[in-house]
Amino acid sequence: MLGVVRQKMLGQSLPKIRPAVSVLRSYSSAAKQMTVRDALNSALDEEMSADPKVFLMGEEVGEYQGAYKISKGLLEKYGPERVRDTPITEAGFAGIGVGAAYYGLKPVVEFMTFNFSMQAIDHIINSAAKSNYMSAGQMSVPIVFRGPNGAAAGVGAQHSQCYAAWYASCPGLKVLTPYSSEDARGLLKAAIRDPDPVVFLENELLYGESFPVSDEVLDSSFCLPIGKAKIERVGRDVTITAFSRMVGHALKAAEILEKDGIDAEVINLRSIRPLDRSTINASVRKTNRLVTVEEGFPQHGVGAEICASVVEESFAYLDAPVERIAGADIPMPYAANLERLAVPQVEDIVRAAKRACYRSVPLAAAA
Amino acid sequence: MPTLLSAWFNSHQPNLHPPSFYSLSLFRSSHPPPSPNPTLAMALSRFASSSRSGSLLKPLSSAISLRRPISTDTTPITLETSVPFTAHQCEAPSRTVQTSANELLTFFRDMALMRRMEIAADSLYKAKLIRGFCHLYDGQEAVAVGMEAALTKKDCIITAYRDHCTFMARGGTLLEVFAELMGRQAGCSRGKGGSMHFYKKDSNFYGGHGIVGAQVPLGCGLAFAQKYSKDEAVTFALYGDGAANQGQLFEALNISALWDLPAILVCENNHYGMGTAEWRAAKSPAYYKRGDYSPGLKVDGMDVLAVKQACTFAKEHALKNGPIILEMDTYRYHGHSMSDPGSTYRTRDEITGVRQERDPIERIRKLILSHDLATEKELKDIEKEVRKEVDDAIAQAKENPVPESSELFTNVYAKGLGVESFGADRKEVRATLP
Repeated sequence: MLGVVRQKMLGQSLPKIRPAVSVLRSYSSAAKQMTVRDALNSALDEEMSADPKVFLMGEEVGEYQGAYKISKGLLEKYGPERVRDTPITEAGFAGIGVGAAYYGLKPVVEFMTFNFSMQAIDHIINSAAKSNYMSAGQMSVPIVFRGPNGAAAGVGAQHSQCYAAWYASCPGLKVLTPYSSEDARGLLKAAIRDPDPVVFLENELLYGESFPVSDEVLDSSFCLPIGKAKIERVGRDVTITAFSRMVGHALKAAEILEKDGIDAEVINLRSIRPLDRSTINASVRKTNRLVTVEEGFPQHGVGAEICASVVEESFAYLDAPVERIAGADIPMPYAANLERLAVPQVEDIVRAAKRACYRSVPLAAAA
Repeated sequence: MPTLLSAWFNSHQPNLHPPSFYSLSLFRSSHPPPSPNPTLAMALSRFASSSRSGSLLKPLSSAISLRRPISTDTTPITLETSVPFTAHQCEAPSRTVQTSANELLTFFRDMALMRRMEIAADSLYKAKLIRGFCHLYDGQEAVAVGMEAALTKKDCIITAYRDHCTFMARGGTLLEVFAELMGRQAGCSRGKGGSMHFYKKDSNFYGGHGIVGAQVPLGCGLAFAQKYSKDEAVTFALYGDGAANQGQLFEALNISALWDLPAILVCENNHYGMGTAEWRAAKSPAYYKRGDYSPGLKVDGMDVLAVKQACTFAKEHALKNGPIILEMDTYRYHGHSMSDPGSTYRTRDEITGVRQERDPIERIRKLILSHDLATEKELKDIEKEVRKEVDDAIAQAKENPVPESSELFTNVYAKGLGVESFGADRKEVRATLP
């Protein structure tokens, strides 16, 4: 009986270890709530206010108030010199942005979605990422390319791709993937202040989501370090890495796993390049099991790099093969039931985590 | 008879009709339609019912002759377009166009069907039966219909994402449209494409493309292949004023001009690229001139007969002399997509003004009525029929099942080589690509 009581108390003490985020959610009066949209808007506003070299350029960012309203009010506040509506010509305006950055300005170039960045990818890679190296440090490129990335809802094959793996494979770029409003504010401010080209991958489905933000986050000097992941939920049994919208899925999976006695540690990567290998490896050395989660295509994806890193640096600590959850290896279908099968769901993460936890013997050689 | 006719011609004042209306040319073809003469009473009652032309001095010949059943009269009628063509680096085609009752009524029906289809799609989107992006074409029907009338199915058409009506004009069915929009098996892309990705290869309709401007080089590629295969056919590559500034357009046009490809670049200028008016996006919004060394024609895109005339002209030109640009001056009543109200960057007065003055369906209706090719009631009946067709197709589409899960892995490749593909959980869902 005492044992039962002790177990019950353990069960009750678990919520204390839960991330500050979800505790704050239930006490909404204690912290301010802010949508990711407002977080991005306020970050842009503050950085533009602080530094006259910062300007915004992209389709519908000015008079239309932003295709997703991220730049709402900025044209009225800063004028058409600093908030520039462009024609639908990504190769042209991305190149113009990089040229302005060569000269010392700090452009924030918006792609309406990162699918359209493919029209400009030569400038992002060849003109921006490699310039500081090729010029031996003379030409740094303090530019930010930002916009929604990954799947939305029913937008089909040409509008749903996640570009994290592609951009993050390129030296010279920094690639950031905010999840919460705190991430959005801190990382965008850091990106704008950074002297190197930053690819800032937002997510359309997160724009309307609210998160609690502390006074520190709301302060205009708030900034998050680039290249550091955040442990959203501390755990002991399995490490789950995720970024952007998938962090929310991973946290929900962790709540479900907890009921089955699995205590998951959820890492919000925040930065895909540089990848915070030390945080990831430290976590795996603690839990001995790893599930990587991403929206993008699996082959040569972010999870593949994380798995390689862990195998290289923490091989002896792994008690199970690394599990990868990713988008399906197909172009995104339109039909709702097919789309659901093509994007990771919470139950996929739960299933993979359970496999990682219950496997103590290697799989018999599969066919 | 001649005195009555001349009296009628003298009394026919252009300003009885709205400015955009056709001015009738002063001659009809020489074949009087053979028919029994109706009684004078019947003729007089038809005077009363066709009140649109107003004037009592209608030619007696048309009152006496029995109108043929409305869909079969192919007696040529000659008309002038209300606006002449403006040409760049070429001789503009004549304003005089040949048509017939049959053709005009077909135009009316086809455009009315497209209009109803797009409006129904609006409702379905708001009811959340259509997801994602949905770009509607209402207002622009004359371009799709007029173009199709000038082409054969051997000619290719490619367009961007505002493709529902172009698909219909190429022979698609309402069920294929609504089922695709709702993500069902009977859709033209079996539910896997969505609104922006309609295709009908057996009619040489190549889609259906989501990335602004991409369809233009693709269209030039179709033209290349047609010339390579000696098919004596052409490609019409449609794009909007928003896409007109894309660099890839000029790259493809340059190559097409160098290689004399039978490519016709058609700018559907509805004056707004999403929320940006043409003058804010283009240093030169004279899109028909932007081909520079390539000739161009500016066309009233709300006038289906002018569209047909221009496309016929362009096809002939492209087969002999290489690429040509057509700029269709048109208008969309809806916003850019269903996520765009369409009223933050233009006034409601502008929208209603175009609807009143230039609507392509109303033009044809007035033309049909003033030529006594059908009564108002007959046209209204066509609209009712068309409405019912649309409603029936929607009902059918709603009953249609969603795609099977196995469709996730079909058509990734044309030749799958037996490789494996994976679902979100690669250990749970995997398939061998056929």
